[in-house]
Amino acid sequence: MSAPEDRPAVPAESPAAEDVARKRTEEPENRWSVAFREIVGGSWGVSVGAVILAIIAGSIMIVATDEGVRAASGYFFGRPGDLLAAAGGAISDAYSALFRGAVWDYRADSFAESIRPLMVSLNYATPLIGSGLGLAVGFRAGLFNIGGQGQMIFAAIGAGWIGFALQLPWPLHMLLAMVVGILAGALWAGIAGLLKALTGAHEVITTIMLNHTAYYLLFFLLATPGLLQAPGSANPKTPAMLESAQMPKLLGSGYHLHLGFLFALAAVVFTWWLMERSKLGLTFRAVGENPHAARVAGIDVSRTTVWVMVVSGALVGLAGVTQVLGTSVTGFSTDVDAGMGFDAITVALLGRSSPLGVLAAAILFGGFRAGGATMQAAEGIPIEIVTVIQSLIVLFIAAPPLVRAILRLPKPGQTPRRKAAQPAKEVAA
Amino acid sequence: MSAQTAVRSDDASVSSTLRHVTVTSKKYPVVFTFMSVVLGLILLAAPREGETKFRFSAESDFFVIPSISVPAMRVAWVCLAILVLATITSWVLYARERRTPLVLGIVFAFAFLAGFLSWGGAGSVSDFPVVRLISASVLLAVPILFGALGGAIGERAGVVNIAIEGQLLASAFVAAVVGSITKNPWAGLVAALVAGALVALVLGAFTITYRVNQVIVGVVLNVLVLGLTSFMYTQVLMKNADQLNRTVRFPSLPIPLISEVPIIGPALFRQSIIVYLMYLAVPLVWFALYRTRWGLRLRAVGEHPLAADTVGIKVERTRYRALLIAGAVVGFGGAYYTLVSVSAFNRNMTAGAGFIALAAVIFGKWDPVRAALAALLFGFASALEGAMSVVGSPVPSQFMLMLPYVVTLFAVAGLVGRSRAPAASGIPYVKE
Repeated sequence: MSAPEDRPAVPAESPAAEDVARKRTEEPENRWSVAFREIVGGSWGVSVGAVILAIIAGSIMIVATDEGVRAASGYFFGRPGDLLAAAGGAISDAYSALFRGAVWDYRADSFAESIRPLMVSLNYATPLIGSGLGLAVGFRAGLFNIGGQGQMIFAAIGAGWIGFALQLPWPLHMLLAMVVGILAGALWAGIAGLLKALTGAHEVITTIMLNHTAYYLLFFLLATPGLLQAPGSANPKTPAMLESAQMPKLLGSGYHLHLGFLFALAAVVFTWWLMERSKLGLTFRAVGENPHAARVAGIDVSRTTVWVMVVSGALVGLAGVTQVLGTSVTGFSTDVDAGMGFDAITVALLGRSSPLGVLAAAILFGGFRAGGATMQAAEGIPIEIVTVIQSLIVLFIAAPPLVRAILRLPKPGQTPRRKAAQPAKEVAA
Repeated sequence: MSAQTAVRSDDASVSSTLRHVTVTSKKYPVVFTFMSVVLGLILLAAPREGETKFRFSAESDFFVIPSISVPAMRVAWVCLAILVLATITSWVLYARERRTPLVLGIVFAFAFLAGFLSWGGAGSVSDFPVVRLISASVLLAVPILFGALGGAIGERAGVVNIAIEGQLLASAFVAAVVGSITKNPWAGLVAALVAGALVALVLGAFTITYRVNQVIVGVVLNVLVLGLTSFMYTQVLMKNADQLNRTVRFPSLPIPLISEVPIIGPALFRQSIIVYLMYLAVPLVWFALYRTRWGLRLRAVGEHPLAADTVGIKVERTRYRALLIAGAVVGFGGAYYTLVSVSAFNRNMTAGAGFIALAAVIFGKWDPVRAALAALLFGFASALEGAMSVVGSPVPSQFMLMLPYVVTLFAVAGLVGRSRAPAASGIPYVKE
């Protein structure tokens, strides 16, 4: 694609700049009033507003396609109450099913049963945390790594092969599989980084192509006897992971939540340290903010590009590893990434590329996934509605003025707004 | 595979004579060497027996060309020899700081294909269907080509359109629904154009009016359209498949006379109307971009919006208009899925064609004609899989399916490299 410098760095989103600008100008003010405005008018107010708007849009979709509502709309002018009741019923049924599946099953008999959905959500969130962090690191450094799918697949190939082919004692086997998987993810992402550094090929294109390549490679490995395919089977599926390579369940066998969740939390801390406290993270951010300035300051931009992709791929690789060694231990097939690589983009955007934000966004989306499954089973609403809500959330968050206009949220002070518009002006000039 | 830049000053007295600067790219010789080695390794590692039969026409054709039967390995080795010769020539030219001519590249590509195909089809009972390979390449290229044309228009006006995939999917969906309700493919086609433009309108609202990062909006729009169409498919279309998801397809319209020309006729001129529209669209878009006032303004807005604004061109309006037209162009490609290829919509049926179109835009260096050629190349790479499976080639099908993506990867990384996008592409314009 173009020389990377021609385009604005992807993560240099205005909200982030907005925050910085606002903090700078408002420091002398009363701390509490600033905090209030941060919450209501600032980025977090917009985030919550975006979630609310997206859920409203989801309601419209549910109502528009509900059979009962359609029947009632036939005689709308005769008895308008029926339509409203049917619509309200459809919406409340859907979202209560979502809540039951994602957070708290209030219909269950015991506490242990009621809390189960939350654990399922956290289990879904585990790979999203890792892959979201990987994407976030890329965003902060100005790289758009769409290759989450391919990197997860490669990590799964590496970890999975170690997981069933080697015979080792428990912690060692699991750790070795993890390391190999993470390295495989880093390697696959590193190819895109290397291509960008050497030839200037845009990472959006190369990572997408690497996704498809990885997919067919895994397909080949699974379909060919003697490679990844389970012996004695004709299905494109690997054998089960050995006991010694699995991540143990955290809360006993009744819950799906496994050790991978703790590794994901550790990755959050690690990413925070890397980006905020380490020298490498500083170079990442410097290149992301302004590659020209970084080059002048003596940073090797090409080498940094490769390292960013490697770190990003390693974090996405962790997501692939937890899938294989923790969630689907009975063997995996070509859908091992389960769309997490693409969901990670929305997670990283929603989390504003900060490690804690990614954690929160991943848990929210994990909840959507778990609840969406319940919604589909209980109410017959296709799970794709979750995809729609997720993408709407990100769209709304990306355009804060739109959300503020619809929800009539107070605008943050005038001065910071103008400041926020300035970087774009400089680029255009 | 970085471009080798040789800077040499001819004379010590720089002031009197101009400095002589030669830029020769190492890409051609490197790619040639790589591909020759690949074919050589294939021939050495897996030599095959028998003959390969190439079939050029069907029995029903007006002119029947007899099938050609060649000794597979001998032809393959001859082709390899040609490849090696071309590679050496290319290196010699590079050493003399001269560029490798395009003709040599074309000869190389043909020799490589001939060698690979005769190796792949060796000893097969069925003939290698040359005509079907060409017509399948054209057909598979249709959505990619329309997508690439739309993408090129958008980027020329300064808006990166990652949402091509979403536009294709949305227009395929709408074409299926409208085409099924009206039982008229033309109504479906018009609806598809509107759908493509609608997605473009959303893209424009966020990127031009709200100045959100264009790549982010594009990616999210793809996910949004995928979610919406899949939701509607499961919730509405599947329940009323007969009324809402069974289109009447465009019939195949053989063009009189030209369709009887051997090889080309059956391959290219016995297609449906959308394919003929595609043949027309490429020169039309080229003419509109480079030879009309509209195109000049559009390109000015994409290269230097401030200058364009200064001379009185409305930047935002021009970008909106370009995006809407581009969306409609992509809509033709979407209509292909449900009005030409099959007669029903299916979940995620575009399967990444929009991203390949995006790659074709870059591979074609933001030029509609070159982007179209790139799209045809990807169509060919995809069609090869089907042709190879007919003759039962020894290459695992997954690797043939992988081919278009690997070709794209090599194309974008190796042959194009640091090409220059329209200067203001991807940057929102803020009026002072």
